[in-house]
Amino acid sequence: MSDFLLELRCEEIPARMQAGARADLEKLFVKELAAAGLKAGAVTVFSTPRRLALIARDLPLATEAVSEETKGPRTSAPEQALEGFLRKTGLSKDQLTERDGVWFAVTEKPGRETRDVLAEAIPAIIRAFPWPKSQRWGADSISTESLRWVRPLSGIVAILGEDLVACEIGGVASGYATRGHRFHCPGEITIGGAHDYAEKLRACHVIVDHAEREAMIREKAKAAAADAGLVLVEDEGLVIENAGLTEWPAPLLGRFDEAFLDVPPEVIQLTARVNQKYFVCEYPSRLGEGLLSASDPASPPPTPPASGRGELANAFVCTANIEATDGGAAIVDGNRKVLAARLSDARFFWEQDKKKPLSVHAEKLARITFHEKLGSVADKVERVAKLARWLVEEGIIKPSPLQGRGLGVGAASAAPSQPHTPALSPEGEREKLADQAELAARLCKADLVTEMVGEFPELQGLMGGYYARAEGLPDAVADAIRDHYKPVGQGDDVPTAPVTVAVALADKLDTLVGFFLINQPPSGSRDPFALRRAALGVVSLIQANGLRVALRAVFETAIESYYEVAFRRYYYFLILSPAGERMLQGHVDRHDMVSASFYKQVWWPNEVFAAVRQSPNAMEVVMGAEEFEGNTDDDETPHAYDFSVRSVALFRTSNPEAALSSLLVFFADRLKVQQREAGVRHDLIDAVFALGGEDDLVRLLARVHALQAFVTTEDGTNLLAGYKRAANILKKESWSANAGSQGEGVVPPTGEEDPLVLVDDPEFRGVAGAFARPDKNYDREPAEQALIDALKAAEPQAERAVEAEDFTAAMAALATLRAPIDAFFESVTVNDADANKRASRLALLDRFRAAVHKVADFSRIEG
Amino acid sequence: MADTKLKPLSLQDMILRLHAFWGEQGCLILQPYDMRMGAGTFHTATTLRALGPEPWNAAFVQPCRRPTDGRYGENPNRLQHYYQYQVILKPSPENLQELYLQSLGMIGVDPLVHDIRFVEDDWESPTLGAWGLGWEVWCDGMEVTQFTYFQQMGGFDCKPVAGELTYGLERLAMYIQGVDNVYDLAFNNHGVTYGDVFLENEKQMSKWNFEVADTDSLFEGFRRAEAECQRSLEADVPIAAYEQAIEASHLFNLLQARGVISVQERASYMGRVRDLARGSCEAYMARNADAWAAKYPEWSK
Repeated sequence: MSDFLLELRCEEIPARMQAGARADLEKLFVKELAAAGLKAGAVTVFSTPRRLALIARDLPLATEAVSEETKGPRTSAPEQALEGFLRKTGLSKDQLTERDGVWFAVTEKPGRETRDVLAEAIPAIIRAFPWPKSQRWGADSISTESLRWVRPLSGIVAILGEDLVACEIGGVASGYATRGHRFHCPGEITIGGAHDYAEKLRACHVIVDHAEREAMIREKAKAAAADAGLVLVEDEGLVIENAGLTEWPAPLLGRFDEAFLDVPPEVIQLTARVNQKYFVCEYPSRLGEGLLSASDPASPPPTPPASGRGELANAFVCTANIEATDGGAAIVDGNRKVLAARLSDARFFWEQDKKKPLSVHAEKLARITFHEKLGSVADKVERVAKLARWLVEEGIIKPSPLQGRGLGVGAASAAPSQPHTPALSPEGEREKLADQAELAARLCKADLVTEMVGEFPELQGLMGGYYARAEGLPDAVADAIRDHYKPVGQGDDVPTAPVTVAVALADKLDTLVGFFLINQPPSGSRDPFALRRAALGVVSLIQANGLRVALRAVFETAIESYYEVAFRRYYYFLILSPAGERMLQGHVDRHDMVSASFYKQVWWPNEVFAAVRQSPNAMEVVMGAEEFEGNTDDDETPHAYDFSVRSVALFRTSNPEAALSSLLVFFADRLKVQQREAGVRHDLIDAVFALGGEDDLVRLLARVHALQAFVTTEDGTNLLAGYKRAANILKKESWSANAGSQGEGVVPPTGEEDPLVLVDDPEFRGVAGAFARPDKNYDREPAEQALIDALKAAEPQAERAVEAEDFTAAMAALATLRAPIDAFFESVTVNDADANKRASRLALLDRFRAAVHKVADFSRIEG
Repeated sequence: MADTKLKPLSLQDMILRLHAFWGEQGCLILQPYDMRMGAGTFHTATTLRALGPEPWNAAFVQPCRRPTDGRYGENPNRLQHYYQYQVILKPSPENLQELYLQSLGMIGVDPLVHDIRFVEDDWESPTLGAWGLGWEVWCDGMEVTQFTYFQQMGGFDCKPVAGELTYGLERLAMYIQGVDNVYDLAFNNHGVTYGDVFLENEKQMSKWNFEVADTDSLFEGFRRAEAECQRSLEADVPIAAYEQAIEASHLFNLLQARGVISVQERASYMGRVRDLARGSCEAYMARNADAWAAKYPEWSK
């Protein structure tokens, strides 16, 4: 048994690729070994910017000899079969062995030296290495077949025990020599083997174990901040990245000009992090001061102040790769200057952006494409503003603080400063909320065209919030602008402040509707527009705020907005541009168009569809786009027209009804996934969904949750058993043809109606036969009568409860059927010889089933 | 270099040191290309010479113009006209990183005092149909050099691969001289500053780029360059065609600075420039391929 060391040295490996490369190296190595019948005791992998290393413990020095037996033809088989077998195995007849009348070829594979296996495996691993990006280099690259590696490969160390594993690839031969730190120990060093590798490198200023470097950075960065009386803002991503950029990490603290702290802290942190890979620091919060100085590891971290964190300090921690001869003074000074230049840029953006109100920035949104087929961002904003207002005016989002589950982001900061004061009448409150929602929606995307968000796209929303506050907009509006992208994923805060909810919801709904209108729903793993996330966001917003909303109606409104905005733009195009005028010539009098009545027609889709269909050529002219390019003075309008015309062209082919139904199905699916993840039994979700027609998520989920509670009770379990038994009997008797079993809207037959009324309907003729004129007056058995009575009582109760959306009460009403149905099965024979009785009892079971279906489709429930 | 410890190098001495160093490494010391261009990579010594199998080692200073970066001389770090020091070595030598670090030493950067790092930064020029892998080299957190192994140029695989170094001369000089404002740089050791040479130029050129340049003639110029490039390609003079691609590229940058190219048009203009550059590279390859293949059998088209 020996330990094996492999080091692949190359020019600097990108930090982000190192973790993957370690995993790949291990995987490829284990695979190559396994193919040769070898297995190592333990395999460890390491990386630095300049090397990938692997140590495999306890490798056998040779593989075991194996004898392989191949079955041949029967001895009785014709000569040709045997000849074929000999050819195949390369043996002669006397080398075969015979057993039970069958020829066998036995090949002995001698054991191989592990060193030889490794010498073949290493080049194979290097050739097969799946770098995300790789390159050629040097003189060999005159052929495109030359070796590829992440950056030029410069050395291989391969030592088994203490013996060299000799191999060569792409002009690089293995050896005992590697190199230490690029600047501290630039010469060659000789490695003895796995046993001294890490320590020899350490002596040459290289910490080969990435985990150790990460720990060093974590601790020393924290310590550097603490020495300056500050608290490091921890950032594990930066720890790993800096460990991937250094072989000898040395965190150093520097200061920047305090004047930069005027810039929002998120901007400073992002500038430092993204551009320079620096950590930032905070002042210790007042509450935490005492704790910080205490070195007791058991003491909890300092309690953050109300805002959630301490204030940003004018300090940064960079991670150098050397032990500088001047103690790091020059490095800190250099880094300080670079950061200062970056922060000057950021401050410049911040100040430039604030010079104009968001409403002026928003004008530029007409130039930005939301989606080629869905118009500009300005178009989107227009729609979102309409929808946000509609959500308030319809009473879906109410002015009073919403009944949220837990505090959302918006609520946290808005609620204390703006207590709900019923100074206005309810109508006034609603109007105010509608105005704020519309305003916030109109401004929510304006920061996309600011310099700051241009530089740091991840600050979208956040900057809008800052700019809104800076120009003195109400907090509720600023908060809504800031948080309207939320929730961005599971676990993210769900807004609860009314204005924010309106904008957040409208924005997501608009996106969803748009992409379904152009028939680009997510498929499989492809969801380029993050529609699943948007749908989940909508579901979370509705749930967290208990919003009572019929999804269908909301979608319809959103679709209408698409048409309206597109057609309004189209209308302007027609009446304002020369191209539009040419297009209309001979079709419509321009005078009529300018009149209000025509405007109404134009924006109403059907009318215009008709108009466009009548003159398809006109549409083609416009689609050519060249027609109107340069024909207007204002250089922004062509794009608006361009978008609108494309949208119109699209809507000519889109199918809103199809979009609507796929959206509803899509939402149902998302909801199921979400509920399943939340631990709700999928069969219960199915049982409620199977009722169909429910697009009020709150009601739907209330039903699911009540059902979940009910089926686990004894009554629930037994009722389910009774239901299943009834359903089975009905199924066996083919009773399912009866419309009554379909539940809603049809009065379930009870045996008390005159079945002949159904006979006229051809659909029911077969069913009616089963009734065969039951004798209304036969003597019912007590359990039968008891069930009828119980149903009589339970049916209206359940119905009322469902209407009142008290699903627990509806379940309770059902629970009263449990004893009667049990007793019924106990003592009544359904399949009575008397056809009347049989029909009547089947009808009764069907009625029972229908009653249960008022609450959920129990046939979907398992167990 | 004992004297570098005493007095930091002036900008021009820095250039001379780099010339001396790379000249010793066998590089041709070339002069700037006499056309307006956005980056040293546009120099034919880089673009066209990166194609084909012939060894090629050259170093030169290239003035670069980035009209949109103009700040009327008011920003201490941004210029619409600045210098790049370009080194191109084909095939890329094994010790390219070491050579580069030695060159830093020559201009006074001590790697045990200053933190030198190779940080992933892959280079791509859609206009030139070119890309490569490499790093931005950091000196105490500041990017001082772009270090690239060219993989493709003009849409063609680089066979062999060339190593390209692009030093940002003003940045390095500011760093070496410990100066916070580019206009305070010592241009020479006789009291002339960078500002003396270029401040007025920055003011006037920023104004011209952003406010004065006649957009109609720029558009017209673009159209002409495009047409002339096509004519040159038809006449099989790819170097002349490539010059027109350089011209079109710069005119496009000026139009951008004038703010007359919309977001939608931008992509289309870039595509047009790319077609010119690619067409020129293609023609350059076609013209030389047979001779190269004869001389370098292992190189195949």
